[in-house]
Amino acid sequence: MDNQPPVHSYLREPSGLKSWLLTRDHKRIGVLYLIGIMTAFVIGGVLALMIRLELLRPGPTLFTPDTYNKIFTLHGAVMIFLFIIPSIPAALGNFVLPLLIGAKDVAFPRLNLASWYIYVVGTVVALYSIFAGAVDTGWTFYTPYSTQSTTTVTAMTLGAFILGFSSILTGLNFIVTVHKLRAPGMTWFRMPLMVWALYATAVIQILATPVLGITLVLLILERLFGIGIFDPAMGGDPVLYQHFFWFYSHPAVYIMILPGMGIISELISTFSRKTIFGYRFIAFSSVAIALLGFLVWGHHMFVSGQSELASMVFSALTFLVAIPSGIKIFNWLATMYKGQISFTTPMLYALSFLCTFTVGGLTGIFLGTLSVDVHLHDTYFVVAHFHYVMVGGTVMALLGGVHYWWPKMFGRMYSEFWGRIAAIIIFVGFNLTFFPQFVLGSQGMPRRYFDYIPEYHSLHATSTVGSWVMTIGFLIMAAYLIRSFSHGAIPGDNPWGSLSLEWTTTSPPPTENFAVTPQITHGPYDYDQMTAASTLARHGTGAR
Amino acid sequence: MSVAADHPAFLQHHFADPRQQHESAKLGMWLFLVTEILLFGGLFCAYAVYRAWYPEMFYNAHKALDVLMGGINTVVLITSSVTMALAIRSLQRDRRRPAVGLLLATLLLASVFLVIKYFEYSHKIHLGQLPGKYYHFTGVPGTNPHIFFSIYFMMTGLHGLHVLVGMGVIGWVMVRTARGAYSHVYYTPVELAGLYWHLVDMIWIFLFPLLYLIG
Ligand code: HEM
Ligand SMILES: [Cu+2]
Repeated sequence: MDNQPPVHSYLREPSGLKSWLLTRDHKRIGVLYLIGIMTAFVIGGVLALMIRLELLRPGPTLFTPDTYNKIFTLHGAVMIFLFIIPSIPAALGNFVLPLLIGAKDVAFPRLNLASWYIYVVGTVVALYSIFAGAVDTGWTFYTPYSTQSTTTVTAMTLGAFILGFSSILTGLNFIVTVHKLRAPGMTWFRMPLMVWALYATAVIQILATPVLGITLVLLILERLFGIGIFDPAMGGDPVLYQHFFWFYSHPAVYIMILPGMGIISELISTFSRKTIFGYRFIAFSSVAIALLGFLVWGHHMFVSGQSELASMVFSALTFLVAIPSGIKIFNWLATMYKGQISFTTPMLYALSFLCTFTVGGLTGIFLGTLSVDVHLHDTYFVVAHFHYVMVGGTVMALLGGVHYWWPKMFGRMYSEFWGRIAAIIIFVGFNLTFFPQFVLGSQGMPRRYFDYIPEYHSLHATSTVGSWVMTIGFLIMAAYLIRSFSHGAIPGDNPWGSLSLEWTTTSPPPTENFAVTPQITHGPYDYDQMTAASTLARHGTGAR
Repeated sequence: MSVAADHPAFLQHHFADPRQQHESAKLGMWLFLVTEILLFGGLFCAYAVYRAWYPEMFYNAHKALDVLMGGINTVVLITSSVTMALAIRSLQRDRRRPAVGLLLATLLLASVFLVIKYFEYSHKIHLGQLPGKYYHFTGVPGTNPHIFFSIYFMMTGLHGLHVLVGMGVIGWVMVRTARGAYSHVYYTPVELAGLYWHLVDMIWIFLFPLLYLIG
């Protein structure tokens, strides 16, 4: 390419490996996280392919049952703790949050770097546990089995504990940043919805994660000293563990999905060239989801022997979460209505999100219904449901966000043609993989089994083939993204003609983000008023 | 961009003015304290659950704790919170030497707390009033008395760990104060250390009646 990206960018100044490893620049830390989560995604993905391969046909295929237990446990733990929880907030959020509110950095840059190192340490401990023999309890580490299992549960839970710290510190940093570092004129209701989403996520991170922390400490103490509080033989209560665990892990579901919803708001408004419909509803629904998320943990325990009254209350509360989620979906649809939709790669991911997340959300209502859950509990229906939410929701949003902000992050465009191809392949592969699992589950195929009766064969085989299709999509993506570093076109500051703040600085931005502290005079989505300007901006001249 | 004059050395580049930096630091600390309370909150829940299940046993077992030692420790910690607050007040008036003295007093009181705790712990270890499967004391009637001691050791142990961390932090700001790093213009780190220390104190004020007093 004849053209080079700007010389004065955070990517080049200062240079050298050390300047990266000691950086306090939120953009570099975001990139470091991106490297971390991508590595985790590859590890988790390979494990997923191994699971699917084992399930290609009935009977033992590749592994012993013991090995299979370890593989699905590691797949779950790696995907949850190492990949998805830090994915959008810590990687993309770190990169875009200060840019979106016109700040020079997050409030505590050194703490931010420390969070990344804590993440690395937690990852190393978790990987150590894998090499020291791996864990076979499932990623939820349920007692009493987890206190007795002879596998490396202690190391793995210690790793998760350390990772929790990293998550708390990121959340704390983001909350203070949003409260204290907004540029002049950036009122709360001029903040992009991504900021609202990250803010709500941060609230969950700091309110829920400490409880997971103490739970894991108790589990470790139980294993080391037999303190007996989760051990029924000693008068303890294993169900207490489940309460503690889900008090974190249900809100954690929203740590995963809320920032994804933030990305979707940005994408849909930008690529429909429309003012977002119901801005305040979307903003407040993020907060509502965050708060409601704390009241529903018991829906994971309908069959655990908790009281019937508790189950009924939890079931009812669970239905309430559907309201703010529905508000978001309808507002997005209303935003797209009569918009000038451009089917760019990020927009394709946003549309995939709308389809798959809706399926994931609706099937969640099945599971929140007491009587139905008794039938579906611990079947593949659950597996399909959470993959529709986590992969169909969060991962689609993450990919949309990565593509959307890629030119901002690296000052290079990827191949739009291959981008769209990959997005379509991933969407098809995803549905091929996980839709059959709904059917399997409703027919009674239990989860976490390495074998099954021949009647389930064709559905399982379809699912396995789907996982290969998806992998092809990911490989294509990896190829064109890597190629973009050397061959990508130079995008200009605002390739999408977006109105939000991050596009007003150079791509990639300078270390201080903005040459001059921005003064905010309008909201991030005032497309209707600015149609003329944005038509121009579309041709790469940059927003006003 | 600000001029160098209103950009003193302690002001980090991404803040516009000292007030913004100070308020951010304080908000951050308060949020951190919330997470600390939630961390203990898990243990308080466990306490509540098992107390509701085994009220008799809790009653019998709590008598094994030494109210006198616990009481002295309560007084010691409250006093240390006072000396901490006074240290900050001295700094606000630019009186650095008394501030160092008061921080030192806080440190000494904290170590008194730990010494007393050490005697309590070693006595219990000696008697076999230990957590979980290591429990072999026979003097407490009722089923599963080891659960009480598990909870006792976990709560006071975690609290003790916080005392240790607090001592590290206070020692650090003490050295920095002695070296003249703080004045009435800038003493945020000391203030934050103070907030942390008050939390440690406050948690003990909950632990003491729950474990030692309630019958
Ligand atoms: C991308 C392709 C993926 C495939 C083909 C796949 C496949 C599977 C399969 C077959 C299981 C085992 C189900 C069982 O036996 O219960 C499983 C479990 C799980 N997966 Fe995935 N998965 C994929 C991606 C992900 C991602 C991206 C996440 C999270 C972000 C994730 C999170 C989980 C979790 C939490 C479990 C539960 C593990 C357990 O039961 O302990 N998966 N996955
Ligand atoms: Cu849930």
